[in-house]
Amino acid sequence: MGNKYKKRNVTERYYHLMLLPGMAFLFLFHIVPLGGVVIAFQNFKPVKGIFGSQFVGLDNFRRLFYLPDFWQILENTLLIAVGKIGMGMLMAVVFAVLLNECRSTVLKRLVQTSVYLPHFLSWVILAVMFSNLLSYGGVVNRFLGLFGMEPQMFLVSNKWFRSIAVLGDVWKEFGYNAVVYVAAMTSIDPGLYEAAKIDGANRWDRIWHITIPSILPTIILMMTLNMGQIMNAGFDEIFNLYSPLVYETGDIIDTYVYRVGLTNMQYSFGTAVGLFKSVISFILLAGSYKLADKFAGYRIF
Amino acid sequence: MKKKRKISTADILIAFLLIVCGLMCLIPILNTVAISFSDKTSAAMGRVGLWPINFNVAGYRAILEEKQFFHSFFVSVRRVAAGTALNMSLTILMAYPLSKEPGKFRAKKYYMWIVIFLMMFNGGIVPNFILVKNLNLMDTIWALILPGAVPVFNVILLMNFFKGIPDSLEEAAVIDGANPLQILIKVFLPMSKAALATITLFCIVNHWNAFFDGKIYINSLEKLPLQTYIQSLVVDLNPEQMASMTPKQMSEQMQLSSLTFNSAKVVVSMLPILLIYPFLQKYFVTGIVMGAVKE
Repeated sequence: MGNKYKKRNVTERYYHLMLLPGMAFLFLFHIVPLGGVVIAFQNFKPVKGIFGSQFVGLDNFRRLFYLPDFWQILENTLLIAVGKIGMGMLMAVVFAVLLNECRSTVLKRLVQTSVYLPHFLSWVILAVMFSNLLSYGGVVNRFLGLFGMEPQMFLVSNKWFRSIAVLGDVWKEFGYNAVVYVAAMTSIDPGLYEAAKIDGANRWDRIWHITIPSILPTIILMMTLNMGQIMNAGFDEIFNLYSPLVYETGDIIDTYVYRVGLTNMQYSFGTAVGLFKSVISFILLAGSYKLADKFAGYRIF
Repeated sequence: MKKKRKISTADILIAFLLIVCGLMCLIPILNTVAISFSDKTSAAMGRVGLWPINFNVAGYRAILEEKQFFHSFFVSVRRVAAGTALNMSLTILMAYPLSKEPGKFRAKKYYMWIVIFLMMFNGGIVPNFILVKNLNLMDTIWALILPGAVPVFNVILLMNFFKGIPDSLEEAAVIDGANPLQILIKVFLPMSKAALATITLFCIVNHWNAFFDGKIYINSLEKLPLQTYIQSLVVDLNPEQMASMTPKQMSEQMQLSSLTFNSAKVVVSMLPILLIYPFLQKYFVTGIVMGAVKE
């Protein structure tokens, strides 16, 4: 008996040692900065350091809530994020259904190869492509011109910017996001389709009464998990596409934090805005994981 | 016996819609490639569609003459190599103990709570920036590698994969007198090639595509990673800046930011991703399914 315990302790000691390097990095680069959020409650001056700077309580947050820009930025963030989640899921499901209905393996392969590609390209690169396509004399405007539409300055127009941001992200991610639904569909029993066909169901009936209900748990799970992302409008995309001309509709919390916190070096205020977002995101994420566990039996570990 | 169904109108419609989806994703990429091989004027006037106009390789020749592009390209290569190696070592070392049952590793749940909490909560970019500054990592390649050394999401992916490996294999190795490190290396790693390939590819793509850390942590031009460099050329050029330039600077900037030239840079910076894309495609589905739909 004693020997067994000793052995278990030795094994566990190995486990602790294996975790040590990773935990050290997590401690230094994730936990230490969490201590750094105290500067959100200070008037932080780099020369005085965290311990020497003046403590101002909730002043930075008060300033934030009185800032008219802030409510606009929050609105932009929510609108863009919700748009991305909603349109993104819809497009991914529709695409997965189309793929499932396609009988040519070759076509499936080819289409999959091309729709997954944008996910792996950076927004820096895609922003260059978008600004080429969407420029005043670009391909998109010329195409719309065929239908008699006036050319638009898409990327610098407050009328268009949010839609472009949403569509751009949907375009980049729908193929990748469809993978979970495609995977869920592979586990549908082909016998169900055969039986439905014998009963005289047409293709539309089969999609609506077999395919969709079978992937519904996955759809609900994805919807729940996406709820945690409502404050994430996608920094990389917005940052690479926006310009001062569209701050009114395109500025989101993350880009704002970057500008006030790092570009204008208002460290305390920037941290306060970032902390505001982190706290709300945390609550949303924790809530969405809880719900996903309750309703779909989903656990991250 | 294989039954042959007739091709119906619905089949044609579905094939058509799928082809539209596929082309939609390729057109921006093809357009950029076409612009990169076209002459400057046609490109600037937006005449280039999916095929180059007045085919030429001036954009690519200009890249060959630009030292900075090569500097940045190799900064990115170094970053990918060192960053991925560090990511993978730490991921493997963490995923293995965390994949153990709580009965076999009593402290597991505490580690797990920390990891999950850190995945959901962060201090924001400002405290991270101040930390990197205080650690004197500014303007070094380490600022791009160390802060993201542990990709938490990948740790969880690999941990879930390790959980699926039968206990009997481990028990057999224990009887042979192997210690946990030997078990990890000799039993678990050889059985997880697909998962390891997936995660390695994810790390490579992440490091290659990252631009923001380069933007805030690197000041010297010759140390900029490629994506940050391209970003600074193309995206930063806003009207305010242009207004404050002298005509000479302006013409230089126009020269530099010519569509053809920029598109050529974008194409070259995309090449590494395109090269590994066949492998990515082979493995990443396993990765997503491993991470997202599981009981």
